[in-house]
Amino acid sequence: MSQPLIELRAITKTYGQGQAAFQALRGVDLQIEAGEFVAVMGPSGSGKSTVMNLLGCLDTPGSGEYLFQGIHVEQLDRNQRALLRRQCLGFVFQGFNLLARTSAQENVELPLLYRGEPAEVRHAAALAALAKVGLAEWAHHTPAELSGGQQQRVAIARAIVTNPLVLLADEPTGNLDSQRSHEIMELLVRLNQEQGITVLMVTHEPDMARYARRIVHFVDGLVHRDERNPEAAPCC
Amino acid sequence: MLLNALLLALREIRRNLLRSFLTVLGIVIGVAAVITMVTLGNGATRMVADQIASLGSNLLMVMPGQRLGPGRDSAGAPKFKIADIEAIEQQVNGLKAVAPVVGSAVTLVAGTQNWSSTVSGTTNDYFVVGNWRLAAGRLFSEDEDRAGKAVCIIGNTVKKELFGNQSPLGSSIRVKTFDCEVIGLLAAKGQGGMGQDQDDTVLMPLRTAQRRLTGTLDIGNVMVSLKDGTNSTVAMAQLRSLLRERRKLADNVDDNFNVMDTKQIAETLSGTIGTMTALLGAVAAVSLLVGGIGIMNIMLVSVTERTREIGIRLAIGALEHEVLLQFLIEAVALSAFGGLVGIALAFVACLGLSALMRMPFLFNPGINLTAFFFSAAIGVIFGFVPARRAARLDPIEALRHE
Ligand SMILES: Nc1ncnc2c1ncn2[C@@H]1O[C@H](COP(=O)(O)OP(=O)(O)O)[C@@H](O)[C@H]1O
Ligand SMILES: [Mg+2]
Repeated sequence: MSQPLIELRAITKTYGQGQAAFQALRGVDLQIEAGEFVAVMGPSGSGKSTVMNLLGCLDTPGSGEYLFQGIHVEQLDRNQRALLRRQCLGFVFQGFNLLARTSAQENVELPLLYRGEPAEVRHAAALAALAKVGLAEWAHHTPAELSGGQQQRVAIARAIVTNPLVLLADEPTGNLDSQRSHEIMELLVRLNQEQGITVLMVTHEPDMARYARRIVHFVDGLVHRDERNPEAAPCC
Repeated sequence: MLLNALLLALREIRRNLLRSFLTVLGIVIGVAAVITMVTLGNGATRMVADQIASLGSNLLMVMPGQRLGPGRDSAGAPKFKIADIEAIEQQVNGLKAVAPVVGSAVTLVAGTQNWSSTVSGTTNDYFVVGNWRLAAGRLFSEDEDRAGKAVCIIGNTVKKELFGNQSPLGSSIRVKTFDCEVIGLLAAKGQGGMGQDQDDTVLMPLRTAQRRLTGTLDIGNVMVSLKDGTNSTVAMAQLRSLLRERRKLADNVDDNFNVMDTKQIAETLSGTIGTMTALLGAVAAVSLLVGGIGIMNIMLVSVTERTREIGIRLAIGALEHEVLLQFLIEAVALSAFGGLVGIALAFVACLGLSALMRMPFLFNPGINLTAFFFSAAIGVIFGFVPARRAARLDPIEALRHE
């Protein structure tokens, strides 16, 4: 078998310095194959967000190796990481993080704008992405005019509008009620199955983790357990 | 890519119209205030300078009285007589003309119109001394001077008030108890250095004024103009010692008359206006600074929101310099726009105000440029610097910013 899409080798991450230093990750090893749907679980403070931020190239590890398609990400500089983010990754946050006073369509177009796509391409792609998350009718509404579930779907549309290899979602359902949460999960499953996007998702709700085919448990900055989930829908 | 950043910046301005408007307002007001103050000050200075130039050669003013200033005592001091004038003409060197003046405030009546003005009884030398030209008519004849005939030469304001657009020549004006024939019209001079209307005047022969208005042979004051190249200090000293001698003042007694150099007075005045301009300019500069602080406030208030926004942009793949370029363009566009509006506003204000104050409007490119670049600098510093700090943060930290 060829190399995995993502490979973490003995990754550590320390916050703060001296007395206040806190080791959030203490040597994480993890391999993720293309097309997987992985849920990351674990108690609060166990380092889930930290590892997601590292995978999303939003942060850099203290030590260890991070290989993305064989590229040593830990050796990339700030701009190269931004370019990798731009080309291959989509990120969804617990807090949605949409631009205020900006229509859903413009929010979704933003990553394409930074890629320098012409206006027609941007409009078409943004509308297509919004249609995929079921918000074609809501393209001209601003976040303030959308419900939490709708905002998170706009955020997902923004993450997938660039056709990323990997979608990283840090507690995407953390701010939503259970019905909206299930809708979001079904959307993620669909993206994973129909588009072949690799999905990595943090959650502490077992109900949501059940949608994933693999569940990785974090405890105290280490991978504690890595299991298959037989209940999940099979791949493709 | 530049186009992209421009697009992003303009979108951001449009999206935050209120914030953009407030930001621009501070700059507009600051820039307009500074330019208006300085331009009006320049106009006032130029106006006084023109008037100094119109005074021609140095003009000395001799008045009876102890000293200048508040509470000066002119009542007890002896007045000048015609003999004093003759003595000055003969004994002081380097004089061009010496004009005695007897002034009196009167009401003038012509037909159904009346007007309050000042009559000055004087000689033809007055025209030389005061740099007056005639717009129409003639000067006093020797005969009229000697006999004290009822003739007068009127200023442009008096003519307008009494005769409107008609020619006043040959008409007569009632001055107190007698009728006076108008033989000449002075060319208009406009406002004087202290804002008085120089054209609101009536001139008649000295004798006429003495006999029919004041009823004495006293002379109110004497105006002396110097030939070009005459040292005014020397002339003033000669004049002073001559008058002390004629008034038989002992060495230990103060002068009971005053000799003033009007050019000096005017120059002092213009210096004062210059100081005022500087002062007003400084006040306006403070307002520009306050405008700048207003901008800073607005920018700082929005920096939390903007830091998160920058975090979002970085997280979805914006490069640091792309975010910076967007913010730079936004800041420059806003402050440049504000600066231009301020300049336009100042232009209109200066045009209106200088017309209102009858001052020349001197467009000053220097102050316009300075104010413009200063405002642009304020916008860039207060808008861009916080954004640069945010763009250098890790995306995660920027997103966490509360
Ligand atoms: N920026 C930071 N500075 C200091 N400590 C941090 C920072 N971010 C996270 N931590 C600490 O690192 C640990 C792991 O955090 P995190 O990865 O957010 O946990 P999780 O997402 O699993 O709840 C926590 O104890 C948290 O307090
Ligand atoms: Mg977390």
